[in-house]
Amino acid sequence: MSHLQLTNQLAGKGTPLRDRIFMWLLFLSLAIGVFTLAVLLTYVTIKGWPRLDIRLFTNMPSVRDPENAGAQSAITGSIWVISFTALVALPTGVMAALYLEEFARPNSRSQRFIEVNIQNLAAVPSIVYGILGLAVFARALALGQSVITAALTLALLVLPVIIISTREALRAVPRNIRDGSLALGATEWQTAYRQTLPAAIPGIATGTILALSRAIGEAAPLLLLGAVSFITFNPDGVLSDYTTLPIQIFNWTKDSREEFQVLAAATIVVLLLILLAMNFVAIWIRNKTQKRW
Amino acid sequence: MNQPNEITMHLDHALSARGASIPPETSDPVFTLDNVSVYYSDYEAIRNVTLPIGRNEITAFIGPSGCGKSTLLRSFNRMNDLIPGAHLKGTVAYHGTDIYGPNVDPIEVRRKVGMVFQKPNVFPKSIYENVAYGPKVNGTKGNLDDLVEECLTRAALWNEVKDDLKKSAYALSGGQQQRLVIARCIAVKPEVILMDEPCASLDPLATAKIEDLMVELASEYTIIIVTHNMQQAARVSDRTAFFTAELDENEIRHGRLVEFGRTRELFSSPTDPRTEDYISGRFG
Repeated sequence: MSHLQLTNQLAGKGTPLRDRIFMWLLFLSLAIGVFTLAVLLTYVTIKGWPRLDIRLFTNMPSVRDPENAGAQSAITGSIWVISFTALVALPTGVMAALYLEEFARPNSRSQRFIEVNIQNLAAVPSIVYGILGLAVFARALALGQSVITAALTLALLVLPVIIISTREALRAVPRNIRDGSLALGATEWQTAYRQTLPAAIPGIATGTILALSRAIGEAAPLLLLGAVSFITFNPDGVLSDYTTLPIQIFNWTKDSREEFQVLAAATIVVLLLILLAMNFVAIWIRNKTQKRW
Repeated sequence: MNQPNEITMHLDHALSARGASIPPETSDPVFTLDNVSVYYSDYEAIRNVTLPIGRNEITAFIGPSGCGKSTLLRSFNRMNDLIPGAHLKGTVAYHGTDIYGPNVDPIEVRRKVGMVFQKPNVFPKSIYENVAYGPKVNGTKGNLDDLVEECLTRAALWNEVKDDLKKSAYALSGGQQQRLVIARCIAVKPEVILMDEPCASLDPLATAKIEDLMVELASEYTIIIVTHNMQQAARVSDRTAFFTAELDENEIRHGRLVEFGRTRELFSSPTDPRTEDYISGRFG
């Protein structure tokens, strides 16, 4: 058989048209998402550029002096609120997940009921949590319009997400690690606390950061909780009044003066950078600690 | 059937030298199984096993896949308790005490009866922490350096890892990991060590090291090993129990103990035709 004959036998018709069309459809779908994000980022960056300077971080909001107004109280407010959210939601979520995954009887009726409810809770609109927070924390517990009310409400909001991602991280720890520990005479609690949980920490950290990055961008529940007020001081405690970045952005975009529109755009860039940084940390933790079981 | 069989002849050569000094009957059993059946919910995985385990002997469980030998092994340290729906009938007596009795704590049982698994399941921690983990959870306080060195030495691993104790156990090879698991196991000072196909994932060289180690450890520990490798059973064990899976009157598969005896005799002159078929490679 000559070389040419063989070449002819191996020659195909190339990728069929149908396959190529399908591939382009997939690519187009991806492009829509990426394109939207790119336009959004470009628009706010260009619009906010004149005010993206140090004054945004050093100055307080001002109604009379938009030229020199900043968002310091909103930045510190966001940090206060998100820190306390993490402080409340992380241990609660991890302990709940640990119970469900390691101690509760699997596949029992009550277990399935709880599971479905947690999934549902994760899908409840955030404004509903705002109403709950207003009724329970602000009014019934008389915590008022404070950092702690906001933090507790946002903690409830992210709790289901933390529970779900923690359970996934725990489930990814192989059964034979638990068996190895139990076979040495460790109790179930020692096994969970000293083997399973530490092995799951990277997954838990990733899930928690992503959940918190959702919380830091929330405005709806906080509007209900009374964070709307115009705040020109940094929080000085958990019972202090506060404002947060999304609330500040919301307030400024309501104002028709052009200076405030620019200021809002600049603040959006700051919020987006914080979000990107948090997501980056989450990805970094995940890549750095990838386990080979 | 009377022709000399290549495989059985080969096994004859493999038979361990230890075999000669083993008494025909187990005189001082550590474990005595009496009519033990193990169930997964309604399914009976293994039925009516009666068997003694001799002190400082190596007992091998052999048989085809699905004959319940691993299930039976896991009932010696109550690891089956961890599987929902698993339960046991009959008695598993440890020095005369039924370990499934009302006042027995499975955690105490597992401290006396250690286990080595099929896949080396080292913890995602340092080599040192892997060995120190057992004593730590069992309440040993203070410096464990000496104990760690002693256990790693006994597991024939110390010389290979003494400079890397702080390194992750995942950095070790499969054979080293399995020896680390053995070191981790003896750090709790058990009396019995269960081994569930400990060499299944290892190459021949690493397997040989583990086998040497088993024979050495048998002077101090009682070892029960499940293996698919008949030559391994012939090489290291003193007594062998042959199991098989059978259909009962209701056409349900369950494991049975076919024959139990000194390895030397079981391999050279099996009394049951099913044992002979299996060890000569005609089925399984």
